[in-house]
Amino acid sequence: MRPVAVAAFAQTTHTGHDTGLSEPELILPVIRAVREQSGLTEFGFTCSGSCDYLAGAPFSFVSALDALGAWPPIQESHVEMDAAFALYEAWVRLQHGDVDSALVYGFGKSSMGDLREIMTLQLDPYYLAPLGLDQLSYAGLQGCAVSSTTADIARRSWESAQTNPYALKLPEPVETAPITDGAAAIVLVAGDLLRERTNLAYINGIAHRIDPHYPGMRDLARSASAAAAATAAGVGEGPVDVAELHVQFAHEETILAEALGLSVDTVINPSGGPLAANPVMATGLIRIGEAAARVMDGTATRAVAHATSGPCLQHNLVAVLSRES
Amino acid sequence: MPSEPHPEINHVLEFPGGYTRSTGPVIGRFLTELRAGRIVGVRTAGRRVLVPPLEYDPATGEPVTDEFVEVGPAGTVREWTWVEEPRKNHPLDRPFAWALIRLDGADTALVHAVDAPVKAMRTGLRVWPRWRHDRVGSITDLECFVPEVTTIVANVRTEYTVTPGAALARYLDALTREVFLAGRCPSCESVYVPYRLSCPQCGSVIEEELEVGPSGTVTTFAINNLPDPRAPQVPFVSAYILLDGADTPIIALLGSVAAGEVTVGMRVRAVFEGGTVKWFAPEREA
Repeated sequence: MRPVAVAAFAQTTHTGHDTGLSEPELILPVIRAVREQSGLTEFGFTCSGSCDYLAGAPFSFVSALDALGAWPPIQESHVEMDAAFALYEAWVRLQHGDVDSALVYGFGKSSMGDLREIMTLQLDPYYLAPLGLDQLSYAGLQGCAVSSTTADIARRSWESAQTNPYALKLPEPVETAPITDGAAAIVLVAGDLLRERTNLAYINGIAHRIDPHYPGMRDLARSASAAAAATAAGVGEGPVDVAELHVQFAHEETILAEALGLSVDTVINPSGGPLAANPVMATGLIRIGEAAARVMDGTATRAVAHATSGPCLQHNLVAVLSRES
Repeated sequence: MPSEPHPEINHVLEFPGGYTRSTGPVIGRFLTELRAGRIVGVRTAGRRVLVPPLEYDPATGEPVTDEFVEVGPAGTVREWTWVEEPRKNHPLDRPFAWALIRLDGADTALVHAVDAPVKAMRTGLRVWPRWRHDRVGSITDLECFVPEVTTIVANVRTEYTVTPGAALARYLDALTREVFLAGRCPSCESVYVPYRLSCPQCGSVIEEELEVGPSGTVTTFAINNLPDPRAPQVPFVSAYILLDGADTPIIALLGSVAAGEVTVGMRVRAVFEGGTVKWFAPEREA
């Protein structure tokens, strides 16, 4: 594989309410920040992750391009998913070898609608959506399947978030990720751009795997797809100092820690994780950014990032990052 | 950065009439059977039965066979979660459980609602479908599932003509005059109320009548949480009351006092109404 590294990461100071900024206004500062950090103003490839149902408007990602300045025309793509999956597409794009930089960003304003019911719209239209099965309900079914010390996970996440200036200022620990508005951006570099830079977090492995959609068709106490993605990404090939996991409900951390084979020595979600800030469609990308930041600031030699999509941890992406290519 | 109050508008995203979606032969068969009041699964090449049916085996990605199998209608609850405040688009408008239900004969679990009290919900609960009367070929043709029948209510009612007996008749007659009539045993000197003709301890015939009460002392009591038409409220208190001058307590309701304020040793006084004792109330100090 062609070496690819994270060269820059930025996120908004997330809020639990609508501050009055439009989506392009929300992403503008983080795009500016990663341009400054990376020293790049143009990118070989641009890919974003967002959800029209969050914005309540079709093709909402197109208007978000106004924050980039997409003229003359740029090579651009979009996933209707968390931007972690946009980063995967950008990583694949960089494997082609003809471009050396990619801008990835994600954004979402959950405050505008009813996130629990918006998540119903992602369910299959035959068997699940007509029941009105909402996000809290299907998470509750998975929570019933796993024995988990959720209060401990919630408290540790909350305590970790006290030193994260971008997280929400929650008065007490929560076991369900809070409604959040926010955005994040990452710059990936490859080829000659790697040699020009010293502070990089290399993506040593990245993979995503998916389980059957219907919750009744799988063992909800385990995540076979997260385990398969971790194996494919090479998580077990060395010690993991830090793991940033896309935990929207506290019990999911128990499932993911087992699936990724994390030891008790791994620090999970030192940022506080999604239980401290959950800007949907950017939350997974922020996991990669936070893991990369630990590598770049030297607090972690080897870090793991995880992102998820779909009901009950259906679809899981795992990346391994370190200073070494 | 604008942080001052900003204008807000309501915005509705709706596709008029909804999207028309093809079901394909597998999901279509399932929904057609539902409309007819049956639940079917589909058999995979590996002989497993998928409910609800999919076109492919999620374990292998291979197409399923064309063999449909009737399952259930009963099943067993596996995972479940409680909904205290249903949303407007939930199947039920009162608290209910979501559950993964393994229908009899199926190898996978169906997600649906269970209409049962939260106390009844548990992994392993047996449930049966409650069908909608007018079915259209939708997963919501199953209104929900409900627990198996494990209990019935057996009503008993029969009427009698009774007389109170000689001693009790005298006692009740005295009550109409707001008097508690007691009897003293000539042998052991125990004072019994209600008045009776013989001493239950020594068997002596009781001839001496005397009045006791109407005040007395609570010796023990119970808090009752089931409604009773004679009681002042729920919860209410029934108490043993040792009337002044008597050696045996009578049982009566307490009124004009909250259940939590009743104590053993409390002084109470009879409240008469309609020729009998309505209840006892705390004796108020003048």
